[in-house]
Amino acid sequence: MSEKDILSHELVSEHKILTKNESQKILSQLNVKPDRLPKMRDTDPVVEIIGAKVGDIVEITRDSPTAGKTKYYRVVIPE
Amino acid sequence: MSKIKEIRFKMISPEIIRKLSVMPVVTSEVYGPDAYPIDGGVMDPKLGIIDPGMRCQTCGGRIGECTGHFGHIEFARPVLNILYLPQIRLILTYTCHKCGALLADKTKLEQGIAPKKLKVMTTCPDCGAKQGKIKLEKPSTFVRDKHPLTPVEIREHFEKISDETANLIGIKGGRPEWFILTLLLVPPVTARPSITLESGDRSEDDLTHKLVDIIRINHRLADNLEIGAPDFIIEDLWELLQYHVTTYFNNEISSIPPARHRSGRSLKTLAQRLKSKDGRFRHNLTGKRVNYCARTVVSPDPNISLNDVGVPELVAKELTVPIKVTKNNINELKAHIKNGPDTHPGANYVTRPDGIRKKVINENKESILEELAPGHIVERHLIDGDITIFNRQPSLHRMSVMAHYAKIMPHKTFRLNLCVCKPYNADFDGDEMNLHVLQTAEARAEAEQLMLVEKNIRSPRFGGPIMGCDQDYISGAYQLTKIGTTFTKQQTAQILINADIIADLKKDTYTGKEIFSFAIPKGINLEYKANTCRKCETCKKKECEHDAYVIIEDGELKKGVIDTNSIAAFKGRIIDTIDMEKGHSQARLFLDQITKIITRTMMKQGFSISLDNLDTDKTTRTNIEKAIDKQLEVIEKQIEDYKKGKIDVSPGRTPEEALEDMIMIELWKITNMTQQIIDKTVDETNSAIIMARTGARGSIQNLAYMSGLVGQETIRGRRIFRGYTGRTLSHFKKGDLSPTSHGFVRSSFQKGIDPIEFFFEVMKGREGIMDSSLKTRVSGYMQRRLVSALQDIKVGEDYHVRDSSGTIIQFVPGEDCVDPAKSDRGYLDKQIMTKH
Ligand SMILES: [Mg+2]
Ligand SMILES: [Zn+2]
Ligand SMILES: [Zn+2]
Ligand SMILES: [Zn+2]
Repeated sequence: MSEKDILSHELVSEHKILTKNESQKILSQLNVKPDRLPKMRDTDPVVEIIGAKVGDIVEITRDSPTAGKTKYYRVVIPE
Repeated sequence: MSKIKEIRFKMISPEIIRKLSVMPVVTSEVYGPDAYPIDGGVMDPKLGIIDPGMRCQTCGGRIGECTGHFGHIEFARPVLNILYLPQIRLILTYTCHKCGALLADKTKLEQGIAPKKLKVMTTCPDCGAKQGKIKLEKPSTFVRDKHPLTPVEIREHFEKISDETANLIGIKGGRPEWFILTLLLVPPVTARPSITLESGDRSEDDLTHKLVDIIRINHRLADNLEIGAPDFIIEDLWELLQYHVTTYFNNEISSIPPARHRSGRSLKTLAQRLKSKDGRFRHNLTGKRVNYCARTVVSPDPNISLNDVGVPELVAKELTVPIKVTKNNINELKAHIKNGPDTHPGANYVTRPDGIRKKVINENKESILEELAPGHIVERHLIDGDITIFNRQPSLHRMSVMAHYAKIMPHKTFRLNLCVCKPYNADFDGDEMNLHVLQTAEARAEAEQLMLVEKNIRSPRFGGPIMGCDQDYISGAYQLTKIGTTFTKQQTAQILINADIIADLKKDTYTGKEIFSFAIPKGINLEYKANTCRKCETCKKKECEHDAYVIIEDGELKKGVIDTNSIAAFKGRIIDTIDMEKGHSQARLFLDQITKIITRTMMKQGFSISLDNLDTDKTTRTNIEKAIDKQLEVIEKQIEDYKKGKIDVSPGRTPEEALEDMIMIELWKITNMTQQIIDKTVDETNSAIIMARTGARGSIQNLAYMSGLVGQETIRGRRIFRGYTGRTLSHFKKGDLSPTSHGFVRSSFQKGIDPIEFFFEVMKGREGIMDSSLKTRVSGYMQRRLVSALQDIKVGEDYHVRDSSGTIIQFVPGEDCVDPAKSDRGYLDKQIMTKH
């Protein structure tokens, strides 16, 4: 399995790096500071593949049996 | 306020001991003839004070101001610190006794490999000295090549070791020679207070006793050293000193007899103060004590409401509720005070607004009554309707602690409704439960709104009812609602009035279904299969000849029998629907009413099981025997084939395994066929089969064990092979592969099983007991770990789920914002949502 393939695995949800503007919007919408967001390491396989940098906010769209699709936000932190 | 950033535990150095110490403790005498502590003894007032009125001689503080001061003992000869025995052994083995050089591969240690995994050099790489083998002779003597090492020698050796070498071996934050004690820190008197007994005698703390022993022996050792006593005397005393210091640290070392008190009780020394359930950590730091609580045995009460708990009068007179006097309740409270503390709805204390608290006794109640005015607080006895918190341990989920309304009753047990047994996991074989009485209005309101039993009918685990009827309530409901049950008008009235149902009875006779319908609220419509459903190939639904298709229209039970699928915990559709559509209190009322209806009808009809229920008629018996014989013949043939080597073996398996698989399949067929024969032929009115089919208790399998055959006993899912070589018991030939010799039980429990069958049966039983005890242990520990990890996580007002540090765990609880305890099996029913 090549590295890129993990993104197409059924257990890996859709990851998307938010732009500066989108990040600001989400943070104000949620009314939180970035350091209070759930974290993910910059060594995380998905982070490495999508090329997110430390400080980026990643939007994860997950499947939920009860809620359909849900959005989750994680901030990339250094190892 | 400053925050603690980290705590580091290190060895204590002699210098620090000297700095901490305010005095050397030199004499083993404790009190003088005037009962005053002797100067220089272990109770010296310089070490802190425990008697009121005295002042600390070090800091001048009174009791409560001075937390005590450390002293020290100087040893005449050093001794080993028993708690560091493994480390001492490590250093002795891996360093040169001549020069202190490292005796292992330095680069490997630097890579982080544990020294234990490395080879020890036999000659020193630095000075070339030959190294001996280090052995530990229990309890605490190290031997190098049969030469016992004294602590003095060890200490001299350790002093030669460089910091770098020590660090590499894993001794960090201290010098290796500190493992050998030259000084002992004496804890403050306040850490080991003596108790004055009623007789006036003083009883000293175990640590004080131990310290006195140490000082006494140390003194004798010093004296003998001074006069130049012979070596063997010195050695004996030295060893004795080592023993006392060892037991001072830890009195539960397996190779050392514990130091004992005069009474024979072993002393609780330093390690024992901290360790285990009654140690400082689990008992004092994690453990909590509460007031206004009671604990007693629980017993069932079929007439009590689900929301209630029966509280013994004895308990109600002890537990009180503080009530503020107002002009509206003053007469009510005056009646309580008039009753005094010994008559039930009485009162125990009255607090005036100026803070004076008076105990109500029969002698002073008149004067208290006279001055009672709004603003006073009366601590009155617990009365009917007071909100209390009830709990059974182990408290594994939130339904283990629920709020109940108190109901004061005679006798000495807590009484509870049978439907609430399931969430508490309570039975009545001697179980005890705890009751707490709430003391503030806020607590009472919170408990009533969130913790009341009826509000916890729906479990947050699966979004269905966790409370419901079981056992006799189920078979009773079946007996009541099956076709053909009728009651006269009079009987119906009796049943209904007992269940507090007021109804206008117009008919002369009522069917069971009609009586049951009185408890179902109007507006409930349901259609489902009952547990008794025989799973016919095509379900005839309304026309089901077993009356196993339940139809409820507008709260009327039209068709079908009531069983587990209607009123039991987990599966009860009616409870589930009422709770969702009509609210918690209607669901509670439904349970209260049907349980009372069922107990009444069961009292009229009766329901019992006897040995007759296990009898099988002749044809059934011969059918079963035939089936068994047929299968046994098949197995016999398989064994013969195996012996001839004519067996089909799938790749990767041995012929033995293949044979075992085949035999197991045939044996399983026997059990299956027997079960089917019994299920088909058994009489519909058989109590055992009613219980099995309705789901009240037991299964067809159990019935087959009792009247068919027990069948193959298995250990770890396989036939029984353990025992002697080649056979399970000496009654069989070696290599016998027949079912009988490997745990096949041909008899039924009713017929009785022979000794060999019994032996196999007991083997299986033992496996079951082992499994269940192991499972509870493993899952209990798993639960504790999960609880510790999740306990501080909460949902904030902004709906974010955060941990105690404020970091977000989830943006919306459960990512769907559904409270599972208010959901329909995890989902929300949009129809019901819009209705409310
Ligand atoms: Mg029990
Ligand atoms: Zn002091
Ligand atoms: Zn050396
Ligand atoms: Zn059916």
